[in-house]
Amino acid sequence: MIGVIDYQMGNLRSVLKAIEHVDAQAKVISQPSELDDIERLILPGVGAFGDGMANLKRLGFDAKIKSYIKSGRPMLGICLGMQLLFDSSDEDALSPASPVTGLSLLSGKVVRFEGHAYGRGKLKVPHMGWNTIQWDRDDPLLRGVPQQAAVYFVHCYYCVPDQPQATASAMTDYGTSICASLWRDNLWGTQFHPEKSQHIGLQMLANFAGI
Amino acid sequence: MNSKAIPTLRRLAAGEGRPISSCYGQIESAMIKQLLTHRIIPCLDVKDGRVVKGVHFLNLRDAGDPVEVAKQYEQDGADELVFLDISASHEGRQIMLDVVAKVAECCFMPFTVGGGIRTIDDAAALVKSGAEKVSINTAAVTNPQVIQQTAKRFGRCATVVNIDPKRVQRDGEMVFEVHTHGGRQSTGLEAVQWAQQVVEYGAGEIVLTSMDADGTQDGYDLEMTAAVAAAVDVPVVASGGCGGPEHIRDILVEGDADAALAATIFHYGQYSIGQTKRYLHDHGIPVRLTEA
Repeated sequence: MIGVIDYQMGNLRSVLKAIEHVDAQAKVISQPSELDDIERLILPGVGAFGDGMANLKRLGFDAKIKSYIKSGRPMLGICLGMQLLFDSSDEDALSPASPVTGLSLLSGKVVRFEGHAYGRGKLKVPHMGWNTIQWDRDDPLLRGVPQQAAVYFVHCYYCVPDQPQATASAMTDYGTSICASLWRDNLWGTQFHPEKSQHIGLQMLANFAGI
Repeated sequence: MNSKAIPTLRRLAAGEGRPISSCYGQIESAMIKQLLTHRIIPCLDVKDGRVVKGVHFLNLRDAGDPVEVAKQYEQDGADELVFLDISASHEGRQIMLDVVAKVAECCFMPFTVGGGIRTIDDAAALVKSGAEKVSINTAAVTNPQVIQQTAKRFGRCATVVNIDPKRVQRDGEMVFEVHTHGGRQSTGLEAVQWAQQVVEYGAGEIVLTSMDADGTQDGYDLEMTAAVAAAVDVPVVASGGCGGPEHIRDILVEGDADAALAATIFHYGQYSIGQTKRYLHDHGIPVRLTEA
């Protein structure tokens, strides 16, 4: 059973339906105690980092997610859900000197796209649309997915891991090379939306269900 | 007029646009492969749960069941779908929520829903049904708070504003005047300034529909789109006037649009999405190809 955390950050339907579509079982997790009974966990999320973290704390998920990770069971963060795994984000920060704190399951920060040259025009933010991913690690989440596969991104901020080699599992280029997906022990993350990336994304969710 | 927009306009006005085929020529072809692809987006006008396409927003023709059409477009390689609810009644809008929920259950691709969003509650109902983005049009002008509230609650990325300008003469000068209520009402707002304003309010994307070009199949409004695209740093989706793949090429290259929206050419089978993308690819434009 894959648990999908409902922390009131956007709609869960597309994630749930995508998991069902690959013949895996999923259920919505609205209580932290429900994390005890599941084998896999997805932290989805659309919206702002500050709200997301505040909701996780208010609903009592932050500590529980940390103990879930310690138990060794797999977890996948999608988009904001991946960003929340890091130490901090510039999003919603009152000043650059005091970024908003995240779950700190991975060391690194989340920063905004800014001032990069891009193609023949200027860089539009959000990074919205289908971009290609490249990788050189054998990430089980990406098995069966071809190099240069296009996946759907929609985000204004991106993750900068302190140890990119050991953390990022696929990169994408948007003015600068960004971490498109990550894999560290039992933690996975995708900056893109597998549930919106047609058959390529469904393949990844099927992989996650089998990890 | 924003100063950044002027060079593009001048260049176009003076006929100094680079030859279209060479616009991407300065970029290594290997790099094109790695650029963010331009999205090709079929737009489905939905009235009381059925897909229709308005010509100049008036004559409507029936083109089928939205869920079936959405599935077909997903198979054909559409990058995104836009549903525009043009129902006049409360019942029609309720049906739309069901349509959105059904599409969200069977299509694993991004889609936007617009039309008739007056309040944050309207936007929230659509997001709750499964819409990834909501598109605000008339209410953006009459009640801009809706943009701010939607951006705050669902994020900038989920907040799209539709702008429908028409060319009008004002004091002997042509201006792109924003219209609302399906093009029936003028607002006095100028498109480029309004685009910058809605981005400030929290729009993460602009769908720009030329009321002059819409339904004509004579091509997008290149000049207007280029002016708006140069003035804002959010993606601009061009809409209105698409008659074939060459028009999409023009709007992406000359009009600087990030994405192109079309209805008639796809709905009535004049061109498939696959054909259109192959054509764009062959002209050096980065698109996501889904066929071998």
